[in-house]
Amino acid sequence: MSQDYAGKAPAPRVPCDVAHKGAADGGLNRREFLAGAGLTAMSAIATTVAGAAPGFIESMLRRHFKELSPDEVQERLRLLEEEYSSRFGKKVTVAATPPMENVLFGYALDLSRCIGCRRCVYACVHENNQSRDPQIHWIRVLEMAKERGIDLEEADPYYDHDTVPQEDSFYMPVACQQCRNPPCTRVCPVQATWQEPDGIVVIDYDWCIGCRYCMAACPYGARHFNWGNPQIPAAGLNTDMHVLGNRPRVAGVVEKCTFCIQRVRKGRYPACVEICPVGARKFGNLLDENSELRYLMREKRVFVLKEDLNTQPKFYYFYAT
Amino acid sequence: MESTSLVVLLLVFAAIGFGVLVYAVTKGSHYKQGETLRVAHAPKDYPEIEWNVELLPGLEKPAKEGEAETFSVPSPPFSEDVFPCSDCHEDMDPNPERRVLEMAHEEIVLDHGPKSRWCFDCHNLEDRDKLRLVSGSLVDFKESYKLCGQCHGTIYRDWREGIHGRRRGYWNGHKSYLLCAHCHNPHKPRFKPLKPLAPPIRPSSQHFTEPSAEQTSKSEGGHS
Repeated sequence: MSQDYAGKAPAPRVPCDVAHKGAADGGLNRREFLAGAGLTAMSAIATTVAGAAPGFIESMLRRHFKELSPDEVQERLRLLEEEYSSRFGKKVTVAATPPMENVLFGYALDLSRCIGCRRCVYACVHENNQSRDPQIHWIRVLEMAKERGIDLEEADPYYDHDTVPQEDSFYMPVACQQCRNPPCTRVCPVQATWQEPDGIVVIDYDWCIGCRYCMAACPYGARHFNWGNPQIPAAGLNTDMHVLGNRPRVAGVVEKCTFCIQRVRKGRYPACVEICPVGARKFGNLLDENSELRYLMREKRVFVLKEDLNTQPKFYYFYAT
Repeated sequence: MESTSLVVLLLVFAAIGFGVLVYAVTKGSHYKQGETLRVAHAPKDYPEIEWNVELLPGLEKPAKEGEAETFSVPSPPFSEDVFPCSDCHEDMDPNPERRVLEMAHEEIVLDHGPKSRWCFDCHNLEDRDKLRLVSGSLVDFKESYKLCGQCHGTIYRDWREGIHGRRRGYWNGHKSYLLCAHCHNPHKPRFKPLKPLAPPIRPSSQHFTEPSAEQTSKSEGGHS
């Protein structure tokens, strides 16, 4: 193609004002072209922005949850309440209840009592607005042979018997272990997940970029990714929400157990504790010497899962008998 | 000449790339349709279970600063129309004879501890509305845990500390607990096996259903 240009003389370099005058006779110089192109591009962007879904621009300009001032948090909560209320046709409250002073949450689960009935799994789905389809479960109940003891490689989370407990099996529910030394928060490239002063590891769903490094880092399989748009029926929606907890997620973010942050920061027991038909689940403040947890740590045989990884969980397994 | 063919080739590649892009965007690459071999169970599939656990009256609010924790308990789980026992037993002569019951309570199967166990180890012969400890003192049915605690001392201690049994309410305030008899039938105390709820879906069959048109339109705007 270069031969086509060969015949033409290169355009003479002229001063700008001369070139500008030249525009009058129908030619188009560089400055005008750039100005026109810039204007076109800007108007295109403006049209896109103006036509974008409501909230789109705000979502692009949003800041990290921990950087928001109290007023901005309130504004954010209001917007979320509006959005969820209109999407589900129900009055929704989204709170940002702060951690309490002198509280470090801990959890204990009695392996000698758990019968593997999975009531906790579905109570958690209900309480924390997990996606029904694609299905996300924060709690996974492992069935293991009494003969072999805790053998995670042989554990079966898909058991489906007529009745439980099976004679030769025991059951071990596993969810987030709320580590004091959490590997998941350290690998997050954008600091979208962190440990709160009361020990709960939370995720800012607005800040998560969905890289799933945290899932790779977690040795307990406690984090779950929203591969599709989470589907929650309006009838099954829990309208009592926390901004770092059970508010509906979007596709492309990671979620996990928060000890029911929307309940425990108001003093309530987590949903799984209250639903458990055998009372195997215990919850309380590790800093309170009179709490149930401190009693069982003094009196019972207690262990943590994968202790050798130095994750230092605040989730304890124990044997009451 | 060769530059012309280069342009044609580029155009072809661009067309193919554009086509793939359009297909991926419109179809949604993560979604697979027509998967019918699995059912994603959800809480609504179990209407018999009360997911929103109701608290006893008086437990609606957390304890105020400095206020003592209260413990409340639902009334003992009597079978229908059996309490107070004196309604029937008042007009009967007490019969301490060990026998198979025929007139009433014949549905009770006693399977609790040694075979030698029988009614008046726990029930009181004279005042039927009370239970009787080994020491001879009478306790109310609302305090039946004292009776159970005579033999099950370690479990009684755990229960008082909140380690054994269910608690509801506030971890830092008012809570409710249950009597032994709420979970263990005193005549046949072994905890009954339960039907487990549905297992999770295996990842290999976790293909997603196409979101309905309504849901897609509402979830636009991503993080907003």
